[in-house]
Amino acid sequence: MVLAAAPARAQLTIEIVGGAGTTVPIAIVPFENESTWALGISGIVAADLQRSGLFRQVSEAGIVPRPSRAEDVKLGDFRARGADAVVVGSMRPLPDGRVEVRFALLDAVKQTQLAAMTYVVTPPQFRATAHKIADVIYEKLTGDAGVFSTRIAYITRQGGRFELIVADADGSNPQAIVGSNEPLLSPAWSPDGSRIAYVSLENRKPVIYVQSTATGQRQVLANFRGSNSAPAWSPDGRRLAVTLTKDGGSQIFLINADGTGVQRLLSSGGIDTEASFTPDGKALLFSSDRGGSPQIYRLTIATGAVERMTFEGGHNVSPRATPDGKGFVFVRRDGGRFMIAIQDYATRQVQLLTPGPLDESPSIAPNSKLIIYAAQQGQRGILAGVSSDGRVKQRLVSPAADVREPAWGPLPR
Amino acid sequence: MRKWIIAAFMIAAVAGCASTGSEDVAPVDDKAAAATAPGTGATTSGTTTAPIGGASGVPGTPGGGAASATAAAALKDPRNILSKRSIYFDFDQFTVKDEYKAIVEAHAKYLQANRGARAIIQGNTDERGTREYNIALGQKRADAVKNLMLLLGATEIQIETVSFGKEKPRREGRDESSWAENRRADIVHAGE
Repeated sequence: MVLAAAPARAQLTIEIVGGAGTTVPIAIVPFENESTWALGISGIVAADLQRSGLFRQVSEAGIVPRPSRAEDVKLGDFRARGADAVVVGSMRPLPDGRVEVRFALLDAVKQTQLAAMTYVVTPPQFRATAHKIADVIYEKLTGDAGVFSTRIAYITRQGGRFELIVADADGSNPQAIVGSNEPLLSPAWSPDGSRIAYVSLENRKPVIYVQSTATGQRQVLANFRGSNSAPAWSPDGRRLAVTLTKDGGSQIFLINADGTGVQRLLSSGGIDTEASFTPDGKALLFSSDRGGSPQIYRLTIATGAVERMTFEGGHNVSPRATPDGKGFVFVRRDGGRFMIAIQDYATRQVQLLTPGPLDESPSIAPNSKLIIYAAQQGQRGILAGVSSDGRVKQRLVSPAADVREPAWGPLPR
Repeated sequence: MRKWIIAAFMIAAVAGCASTGSEDVAPVDDKAAAATAPGTGATTSGTTTAPIGGASGVPGTPGGGAASATAAAALKDPRNILSKRSIYFDFDQFTVKDEYKAIVEAHAKYLQANRGARAIIQGNTDERGTREYNIALGQKRADAVKNLMLLLGATEIQIETVSFGKEKPRREGRDESSWAENRRADIVHAGE
């Protein structure tokens, strides 16, 4: 059943279970007037930054009066409390019912203003506005794009019921966009975030659909004889790489986003699957057993040249090219444990990021800094996060029986 | 109609859990084979669970296979080897073991004797491994059964192979006996 964005019951909450080596001490002063509304801004900004694992909250308690504008901040007061950065802001109701939200970010060490922005929004937009402010702060202080305004998709299973859920990156606002009594898997966001491709077994075989996240309207992408699975969007959003068995074996094809123009890309006697485009769109990473054991390969699309990428370990699958173009995240089986790992193209260095035992389905945030993946906790599937340097670890807690198949959406445009 | 199919399917799945290695036959929805050609952009919206698009379901429909009533009855007769549908595999293996060749041969001969008949072979894996790679592994198991059936008299057009990977385990346990039960290909005849 295709749902028109029904609110989902199971909201994820994200807990930090391991922190970065160094964190930025930051004071976030409650915004002037924000207690006028049920949902303030500064609390959401602080929660976003805290969840990233890269920031440490410094209390502003005792600084009277509380500053709300950059020019009122006495940076010495904050330095004395150990803060390297200070955020102040205000909220002011406008006659038309909208609200003017202002904030400023100050560097307490260099004594400079790093950012100041004004947004005019309605109360239902407060949460999104807070995420935008957190994105600005994150980018100014770490040099990387913030991903607090992105969305994630994942699959839940409750008894025999499967749902494809879309939620904000902090787990709030979960909406079920597909519900089915048969398994759903492999959700993949289009690069513009407007559509999600996924695999459904509702037709008693794997069939790939593409569905609008806004309207719920969906279309068959690939329903050929045999199995149809592992959709991956090209960076321009015009085509997808898919795994089809229509010509025998599991083989990778390109298909237009409207389901036309099927073109076989590879030809091997064994399994080729789990394609992932590199960010320039010129190559595909994929898993294959062509060499005997499952390993990761890279296909240069223009030439058809195939290069083996993984050599250590007897079982390396599920490659995902990192958006920064520097390497790929994948799943390694070692001694019966399935772990998330990252490999750098230049050095070929592999770093294991998670302990297993059944970690799978890694999906990389658009800033390449955080990876969300599926793990097992007891008998139940949960989602977890790990930073690409392995230091920050998060657990995404859900009341649903089973959560799996996370997919990180693109940066909003 | 669709509700009935889902309900019947769930009963079949439950029955499959209770008796290892016995018939675990999910009914085939013949209508899945009608509808639109693949990838032509059939669009639906709203609230239906009906399968959309798809030239698959059962190959070579309509009618879902033209076996005689007597022949079809043999498929259901518990004393007939044709009532056996599950082929089990070893861990990370895709070869049909000798002990299952008689079952595969019986179904191949059935398809040979009933050229209008059609079957789907559904490959499955245990829960170890990633979801998509397991779809490919299950496919390899289904293909192994099909290839043997082709050698034994069935024809290409009669058999579609699909994979459920680890998505539809017959047993949910996290132990070797559950895993062994799930490393399996099932033969499902059209109309079932």
